[in-house]
Amino acid sequence: MTQAVPQLAWEDFHPGRTFEHGPCVLPRDEMIAFAREFDPQPMHLDEAAARSTMMDGLSASGWYACCILMKMCADAFVLNSTSMGAPGVDQVKWLKPIRPDDQLTLRATVLDTRASNSRPEMGFVRFNFELFNAAGELVMTLTTSLMLGRRRT
Amino acid sequence: MKFFDDIAVGARFELGRHTFGAEDIKAFARRFDPQAFHLDEAAAARSHFGALCASGWHTASMWMRLMVDYQRRDDAARHARGEDVATLGPSPGFRELKWLKPVYVGDTVTYATEVIETRASNSRPDWGIITIRNTGVNQKGEPVISFVSVVFVERRNNGAKKGDKNSAKNSAEGAA
Repeated sequence: MTQAVPQLAWEDFHPGRTFEHGPCVLPRDEMIAFAREFDPQPMHLDEAAARSTMMDGLSASGWYACCILMKMCADAFVLNSTSMGAPGVDQVKWLKPIRPDDQLTLRATVLDTRASNSRPEMGFVRFNFELFNAAGELVMTLTTSLMLGRRRT
Repeated sequence: MKFFDDIAVGARFELGRHTFGAEDIKAFARRFDPQAFHLDEAAAARSHFGALCASGWHTASMWMRLMVDYQRRDDAARHARGEDVATLGPSPGFRELKWLKPVYVGDTVTYATEVIETRASNSRPDWGIITIRNTGVNQKGEPVISFVSVVFVERRNNGAKKGDKNSAKNSAEGAA
């Protein structure tokens, strides 16, 4: 597999820098297919059954929302970066139900960056990710540090 | 699912296990996390991971699946004994997710969940909120994932306690 040299390295991320991506449609079929595979609860699978749950209608699995956020990040900048993955996620808040066929927009904001003490070839970039629905409502936040390779000097 | 009122801090459940195959890992990565180290053996071998490994979101999503399967088995057993079954509600989120080691092709992850806190919901008196620590361990006994999540669980009798007029009143309002 040949890959272009990524444009973004750790050095290119500064507090306050933002990346936006979307809107991306969440097709009903894919939303339900994910639920069938990973989160087969009535509120994520069946319109009629979902109406009697706290979600008051069919809603995306929170894990599907995380996966969509990941894919949007990949398309926004991660695939064009020296990404080395992430050691984890500080916090995720599912603030509002995400509905089938909704259109989501991602905003990624750099909070801070630090070099790795033990691994001089990489550094950390801490992000706040926000997902908005078509009505402009904030539906989910995710804060995490990504590991990115440094430029060879 | 047990009712909120019957759930004790310290209760621990082994949910089940899953073996991550190469095709499984790549299919998930193609859809949601198409970074080279989750998609391509040769590229992964050159990366800091050293070999093809699962997206952390794949490892996490599989916890959810095994949790739902566990609850279904538990509900079936309770129905068979003639017991009432509580509804598992939605989750407001999670924190402190750590991907502690890569999950490589062929690794089998065993997932468990432990209750670490319980509290009544102020805004929804017929529901309680439990905080759980969720973990996954590979076949060598090494922890690969850990996170703390919060979930709503239905209360017995809509949260109404005997002689607790306030609670019954709130519950009636909630149902209205």
